[in-house]
Amino acid sequence: MHPRRRKLASIDSPLQHHFVGLEQQHEASTLGMWVFLVTEIMFFGGLFTLFTVYVTIHAEAFAEGSKHLDLLLGSVNTAVLIGSSFTMAMAVKSAQLGQRKPLLGFLVLTMFLGCVFIGIKGIEYTHKFEQHLVPGRNFHLDSPVAQNVQLFFSFYFAMTGLHALHMVIGVGVLTWLLVHSWHGRFSPTYFWPVEVSGLYWHFVDIVWIFLFPLLYLVARHA
Amino acid sequence: MTHTIVPTRIYVQVFAALLVLTALTVAASFFDLGGGRLHYVNAVVALTIAVSKATLVVLYFMHVRWSSRMIWVFVGAGVFWLLILIGLTLSDVLTRQWIPALPPWGLGLKP
Amino acid sequence: MSTALGDRHENYLNVDSSVKSWLLTTDHKRIAILYLLAATLFFLVGSVFAGLIRLNLMTPYGDLVQAETYNKLFTMHGITMIFFFLIPSIPAVLGNFLIPMMIGAKDVAFPRLNLLSWYVYILGGTFTLVAATLGGVDTGWTFYAPYSTVYANTNVIVTALGIFITGFSSILTGLNFIVTIHKLRAPGMKWSRLPLFVWAHYATSLIMVLGTPVIAITLLLVALERGLHLGIFDPALGGDPILFQDLFWFYSHPAVYIMILPSMGVVSELIACFSRKRIFGYEFVAASSLAIAILGFLVWGHHMFVSGQSVYAGMVFSLLSFLVAIPSAIKVFNWTATMYKGSIAYDAPMLYAMGFIGLFTIGGLTGLFLATLGADVHVHDTYFVIAHFHYIMVGGAMMGYLGGIHFWWPKMSGRLYPEAWSRAAGLILFVGFNLTFFPQFILGFLGMPRRYHVYPPEFQVLNVMSSAGATILGVGYLIPLIYLLWSLRYGPPAGPNPWGAKGLEWETPSPPPTQNFEKTPIVTEEAYAYAPTEAEVG
Repeated sequence: MHPRRRKLASIDSPLQHHFVGLEQQHEASTLGMWVFLVTEIMFFGGLFTLFTVYVTIHAEAFAEGSKHLDLLLGSVNTAVLIGSSFTMAMAVKSAQLGQRKPLLGFLVLTMFLGCVFIGIKGIEYTHKFEQHLVPGRNFHLDSPVAQNVQLFFSFYFAMTGLHALHMVIGVGVLTWLLVHSWHGRFSPTYFWPVEVSGLYWHFVDIVWIFLFPLLYLVARHA
Repeated sequence: MTHTIVPTRIYVQVFAALLVLTALTVAASFFDLGGGRLHYVNAVVALTIAVSKATLVVLYFMHVRWSSRMIWVFVGAGVFWLLILIGLTLSDVLTRQWIPALPPWGLGLKP
Repeated sequence: MSTALGDRHENYLNVDSSVKSWLLTTDHKRIAILYLLAATLFFLVGSVFAGLIRLNLMTPYGDLVQAETYNKLFTMHGITMIFFFLIPSIPAVLGNFLIPMMIGAKDVAFPRLNLLSWYVYILGGTFTLVAATLGGVDTGWTFYAPYSTVYANTNVIVTALGIFITGFSSILTGLNFIVTIHKLRAPGMKWSRLPLFVWAHYATSLIMVLGTPVIAITLLLVALERGLHLGIFDPALGGDPILFQDLFWFYSHPAVYIMILPSMGVVSELIACFSRKRIFGYEFVAASSLAIAILGFLVWGHHMFVSGQSVYAGMVFSLLSFLVAIPSAIKVFNWTATMYKGSIAYDAPMLYAMGFIGLFTIGGLTGLFLATLGADVHVHDTYFVIAHFHYIMVGGAMMGYLGGIHFWWPKMSGRLYPEAWSRAAGLILFVGFNLTFFPQFILGFLGMPRRYHVYPPEFQVLNVMSSAGATILGVGYLIPLIYLLWSLRYGPPAGPNPWGAKGLEWETPSPPPTQNFEKTPIVTEEAYAYAPTEAEVG
């Protein structure tokens, strides 16, 4: 067997032995990803819960913290991520239709936009470091509620950091999809790895859809 | 199952709507919508827009609009459980002053 | 015929005996055995900690260990037993082995994820064992802030990360079970025909999936606060340590239902088989499993009545805690009604099931005393609480686990174990257990606080009774370990159905072949379709 084919031999027949047919396998994969996303809702949910409590009882300090965030970069990032969701949806459609070249193109676009997001995040983090807003030894702020602002920034880094980690993992998953798409693994009868990866990617987008107003907008005019 | 092929124009429309809603929520944050008295109105507006955006992503990009009822149940359950977590936790924090743990007449303990 | 394990026909054990075939298996039955080995090891580790605790408490003055060491002992006992033994035990061992068979499937939905869940479990356990050798943790298994986040000098980060990692094992198992039960049922296996063991595990899986992520993020935040100074629970920054408790108990209360629901599922199977009757009120028992899973998420504040939580919220949580007792009571009534006019056999599994019903009832009722706000103020953080949850966890969950191990041992190993020894061990366990923990109710009521390495001398008699009971309990655990291992080599071969039980798993050879069924079964009858007993007919 051709060496490169041998590495991918395990997925030569996409039907796994314990399923009665491809349709059952498809439904199981989709349900499995949704159950996983429910766990992710609760995982991020813990942070959202804590943030909701604190933004209520430390409203002024959180407003002040929010004003130190770069609204332009945050808005751009939001648009970038929404764009990547659009390209991901198009990638899924290309896989459903068995269109290999558009699939590859949309996957690359999605990965590119994801990397742009991570890059902008990196720029923001660097700014925060320079402005002495990183919790811990780095933090220094002249304000009567400086300590509560440090609490805000603990959330900022915890929430956006966890989100960024999920983005990085997402880009990794997309890379895997890219490799398999390149080898023509996906077809109208076997496309759901792209579909369930898309579900994950859209979920990460949704987390940011809530993070953005909570961190950058809500407290501005508290 | 979701073998529905969604027309591209629907994706484009959803994409456009999401961008518009984003612009809207950013613009709204520059105004004090509570008229200086009600502090929470800005938050309500921002969260409403966020929920709308998330709903569009879930229904159209994630195909839930064309998915089975069971998927709807799981999505709903996830959201509902998050609301339980947030709601019951807030019910503790926000009601701490309602009933004091010590009776108003003191415990009558001598120092 | 003293033959080597299972060599009569090709089965999941002898199909390939290389180490690699075990470590890279995707067969749910082999993964169950891997979990059995690891969980037993963790149980032994946790028991050592328990033994040292009870040894120290033989005298009132803390003659065995210092306070700091004692704090580490009860912490490591709790962590090992809860996260590394009780939570995985029945689901990962019996659930993994049986659920695909009970629904007529070849395997779980995601066999490779199943194997991954075992490796994740081992990784998390390694972190925790490493932390133990580095000196352990002394925060209590509850990791309350700000002690855990700011003031503790012990290995909090390593342990917290170990539990964080293990949580994903739980999540993957639950995810697998949910998809398996939804999608892989054999033709004719309607939801209303599922064994109650499967219903119980479905409910458990819902809890695993909805609750575990919350403790994952909470422990991660503890580690981040210690390591990176992201002070989310730090009062100096305006953080609220009580919020740690809110998030911790949001998972940890449903976690106790993760530990008991599978055991209840086992008990349903045992009571049905050894009464030779369909479970009375099957629909109610199934619905109660779901009700416990759902209501269990609404009661966590009963762990926080005296923490500074809102008194108003405390009242709400108290009321909801009373409500969650109702489905458990429904189950106890239904099991008892099943036994009425049944044809009772007193094999070891049935002894464990009957022990479960009695001990769980005591544990459950004392839980209601604790749910009563006014009473809890007095017995919170005393030995009353410890006795309550050990009645549930050991008298309940552990009894169900042992009963299940005994019931399905012939299926899993192809061997029968010695009958007399198994009944003797069951009785020894029952006596030892009650001698250990009943005095603790009294101690708690009299005011002995928990997590103290010393106590007032007037409590010594009861403490010595408790420690003596612990010794008997230990003996009771060792005996099955010995004869079960013995049976692997010397036990008589078991046929497909030594108990004459109903259920798809009993329609396969013992041990089963790798693919479970030669042909996919087609299900036509309800669960527990036993012929009417003489008492019912005549």
